[in-house]
Amino acid sequence: MAYYRSTILVSMDPICVDKGAVQVKEELIAELKSQNLLDEVQLIDTPRLGEPETEGPDILVYPEGSHYIALTPESVRLIVQEHFVKGRQLDHYTAKMRDLADDEVRPPKDKEIRIILEHIGNNDPRNVNDYIATDGYQALAKVLTEMTQDEVIQMILDSKLRGRGGAGFPTGLKWRFAHQAPGSQKYMVCNADEGDPGAFMNRKVLECDPHAVIEGMAIGAYAIGANQGYVYCRAEYPIAVSTLNIAIQQAREYGLLGENILGTGFSFDMEVRMGAGAFVCGEETALIASIEGNRGEPRVRPPFPATKGLWGMPTNINNVETYATVPKIIHNGLDWYTSMGTEKSKGTKTFALAGDVVNTGLIEVPFGTTLREIIFEIGGGIKNGKAYKAVQTGGPMGGCLPEKYLDLAVDYETLGAAGSIMGSGGMIVMDEETCMVDIARFFMEFTQEESCGKCIPCRVGTRRILEILERICAGEGKASDIPMLRMLCKEIIQDSLCGLGQGAPNPVISTLEHFLDEYEEHIFEHRCRAKVCRNLIKFEISAENCTGCTVCARNCPVSAISGERKLTHVIDQDICIKCGICQQVCNFDAVMVN
Amino acid sequence: MPTIRSIEELKNLRKEAQKVKEMRNQTGKIQVIVGMGTIGIASGARETLKAILNFIEEKQLADIILRQTGDLGFTGQDPVVKVIFPDEHEVVYGKVNPDQARKIMQEHVIDGDVVQELLIRE
Repeated sequence: MAYYRSTILVSMDPICVDKGAVQVKEELIAELKSQNLLDEVQLIDTPRLGEPETEGPDILVYPEGSHYIALTPESVRLIVQEHFVKGRQLDHYTAKMRDLADDEVRPPKDKEIRIILEHIGNNDPRNVNDYIATDGYQALAKVLTEMTQDEVIQMILDSKLRGRGGAGFPTGLKWRFAHQAPGSQKYMVCNADEGDPGAFMNRKVLECDPHAVIEGMAIGAYAIGANQGYVYCRAEYPIAVSTLNIAIQQAREYGLLGENILGTGFSFDMEVRMGAGAFVCGEETALIASIEGNRGEPRVRPPFPATKGLWGMPTNINNVETYATVPKIIHNGLDWYTSMGTEKSKGTKTFALAGDVVNTGLIEVPFGTTLREIIFEIGGGIKNGKAYKAVQTGGPMGGCLPEKYLDLAVDYETLGAAGSIMGSGGMIVMDEETCMVDIARFFMEFTQEESCGKCIPCRVGTRRILEILERICAGEGKASDIPMLRMLCKEIIQDSLCGLGQGAPNPVISTLEHFLDEYEEHIFEHRCRAKVCRNLIKFEISAENCTGCTVCARNCPVSAISGERKLTHVIDQDICIKCGICQQVCNFDAVMVN
Repeated sequence: MPTIRSIEELKNLRKEAQKVKEMRNQTGKIQVIVGMGTIGIASGARETLKAILNFIEEKQLADIILRQTGDLGFTGQDPVVKVIFPDEHEVVYGKVNPDQARKIMQEHVIDGDVVQELLIRE
């Protein structure tokens, strides 16, 4: 293995690439080559270093830690000359070193335990050696040489690892079913079709620690007796797909995938299949149909994929995070893993904090951590000092939990009992300025659009709910709407074929339960207390603050504002389209929303 | 990349990979600094640096940071090599050719004995 005296991290952020990072890198290689330095200096692509908008393309040089910014091919030549040949740091191009923060994954807070996210940011995902250096593939080696199939399944059962895709089905049990199912050919499938708005833990794992998923799948394949695996990744994740493909290739070259792995006679290989943008393909039977090349529509279960899955063969499907956890359990042991979490949910779970919370991004906490700890300690509380209103967990199929649930110790059971779900782990935090009817409408719009249309309750039902919610938001709600919504929700849950339909009404049900007064205000008083629903608010100019500067009048797209210079302006409510531009442009906070 | 055929091979690879990673992670303890000013380079500091680099690779040394810097200010003594052990004062060597660099690495950095005949300042 080569020893380098210096390492250059080249930022390959999309914005940096747009600003010429590829040319900069090529020039860097050419110049290092001409100075005969290429064998001393290592180049590594990295997702992001500084602020790409102002500093890209940029590089970070170790061991000095010099951060060179706003590079051009010309400046690169100079930097190679000065820094690498002569050893002088060029202050002209350097940025002041500061805490470089990946706003997708921040440094861990006190309450966090990082297992799945452990190596993110420390390992180079495009270099299998980095993974091996952090005990990578040791678990696979242990399983292949020391454990029988039953022992592996028993260990995963005992670890109480549960499906991280959302439903929380015991992984060991799933493996046992697939192991026991008769069939000469079995398949291992990884569900990386992460479609929940705001959730990106699977993408991050695939982009930054792809070998953990490969190793987990290989272990599972050994346990159930599969020799072929597929990772079904959504096409919206091109970087995840490319790092995963590189990782698979490197694992193959080391013989960690392919025929006769580690000389044990066990063979397993895998490939990546890309989705085409349908949310419903995250449902396992739809996903299988999509891999087979058919239309991504769910089918009736049973038969479950464990007995009749991909191409009619026994198939095991788990989520990215589930697979990434498996090697850690085997390598570190049961006692270690089961020491974290609650009675029925062991270990840790990643969550994607989003919305009106200070520290957005991925976090990882043991089960049993309360929502309050997650949102206020790890998340840093609500943005701009506003008050907490609700948190929506588990993506568009989850429910909204108001303040009284803040001390809920999060695991699969407690969330379910509170009327929400674990889901993939999305957490959208909402402050007091969020209209809950509007939120329900937003999620229903999403599920209505993503409904595959195969079964009527989901296809027509979500459409009807959306129409009612749109009407309420427009101020045209009727007294009969609320019972109608309740009935529709009940029917859709009861009669839908797959999880999408069965979960779609959750945001409506939970907001109806916890925020019924807001619905009633919209319907009976034509009032939106959060001042979100356009038809229920009006913009007015306060005489007290208005200086008559005419900025609002000049910016109004429909000329609804009239008034003389230095005199209070007035908005004509009949013409106003409630676009809110006047409020944005006013320098004196004179435009009020009522 | 060669195929890994057994657990032993995998474990060896892990050890190697950890070493490479450690270097990158700047957790090294001993600093070796080569003066690479204009005069340094003209006097052959590049070759000296390469010799040290090869030495580290050959001996599989893990906890060393090899750095370069500008002119160290010892006129007429280039190429200059500075060795800094943690919590100890710096040792500066002058007129270090590649063979002498290997000697410094072996005797001083590994064995801990300062190479007196090349010493400029301790």
